[in-house]
Amino acid sequence: MSDRPDATTPVGEQAAAIAPDGQWPVWEVFTQSAQGAPHEHAGSLHATDAEHALQNARDVYARRGEVISLWVVPSAAITASSPGDAGPFFDPGADKAYRHPQFYKVPRGVRGL
Amino acid sequence: MTTPSVVPLPGPPPNDELELLLRLGDDRLVLGHRVSEWCGHAPILEEDIALANVALDLLGQATLFLRRAGEVEGKGRDEDALAYFREAVEFRNCLLVEQPNGDFAFTIARQFLFDVHAVVTLDVLSRSKNAKIAALAAKSLKEAKYHVRHSGEWMLKLGDGTDESHRRVQRALDELWRFTPELFVADGVAARLAVQGIAPDLPALRAQWETIVRDVVDRATLTLPHESMHSPHLRGGRSGMHSEHLGHMLAEMQIVARSHPGAKW
Repeated sequence: MSDRPDATTPVGEQAAAIAPDGQWPVWEVFTQSAQGAPHEHAGSLHATDAEHALQNARDVYARRGEVISLWVVPSAAITASSPGDAGPFFDPGADKAYRHPQFYKVPRGVRGL
Repeated sequence: MTTPSVVPLPGPPPNDELELLLRLGDDRLVLGHRVSEWCGHAPILEEDIALANVALDLLGQATLFLRRAGEVEGKGRDEDALAYFREAVEFRNCLLVEQPNGDFAFTIARQFLFDVHAVVTLDVLSRSKNAKIAALAAKSLKEAKYHVRHSGEWMLKLGDGTDESHRRVQRALDELWRFTPELFVADGVAARLAVQGIAPDLPALRAQWETIVRDVVDRATLTLPHESMHSPHLRGGRSGMHSEHLGHMLAEMQIVARSHPGAKW
């Protein structure tokens, strides 16, 4: 993990390091389809810097008019849970019914929940 | 100084509006086709998609301008007839856009010089007194603004990149510079349209174009070629005098339509 960028390195510079396979750094792309809607993960791509990543994201993921906003994030900046965590992290607690808020009725008129 | 007397050619008076539409349409048709030649060959997948998008935008703009040209001409020719069944001498594009792709740096430099020209001219055209042309220009301007963002970023990356990328894009700029004066020549058509408020006063736009170009070239640590790199001979595209490259390109572009006239997908 020593080649992982230091946490104090600015995000843009973190991405500037060329990957060992000679490819440009990988960025994750998030698209928003409507005002107020969440930005959702659309996919990933290669780019040299943030502006380049935005342009590539526009060309690869936002060409057909359903996107009003884009985020790009260096993949290296994402801390992910590991597959080994699956048990302790994501135990759904199916036997503990009180954890699941299905006893509440969502008022009519509330959308987007 | 004596002026040779000019005998006017027989035939209808020149249709300036038609000429303008053909120039706008043909610039975009030819450059769009050139850029489309990269499809499947660009240096990286994302750039392949980006270039294909630019090519499609340009072909879309060409479709609109040439369709309108066909209407103005009034001889029943649509955009396909104009694209596929005219000879090189009937094309009105500038010489810059017909130059072969060369390497990636050459394609980017050609694109950048054209994109800046497109933005400054479409901006004026979008306020044309000819409402149809103004509407088509406004639609194209939005795309052109994105194109120049794309090609401008690449100029910076290549110019301020490695020794090799710098050398290649500088060489491209040096080679292409001589084709740029043609973009701002006001012949009779352009001059008359400018006076009528239909099209921009091209010579007056050159300074604005060069300011934008110079800014990017400077930031890219490149050198703007000297005026002496201009060639007064490298123009003529607007009157149908093209380099040999256009004929080769058209042969490839037109062969399917000409081999199977009227064929549908």
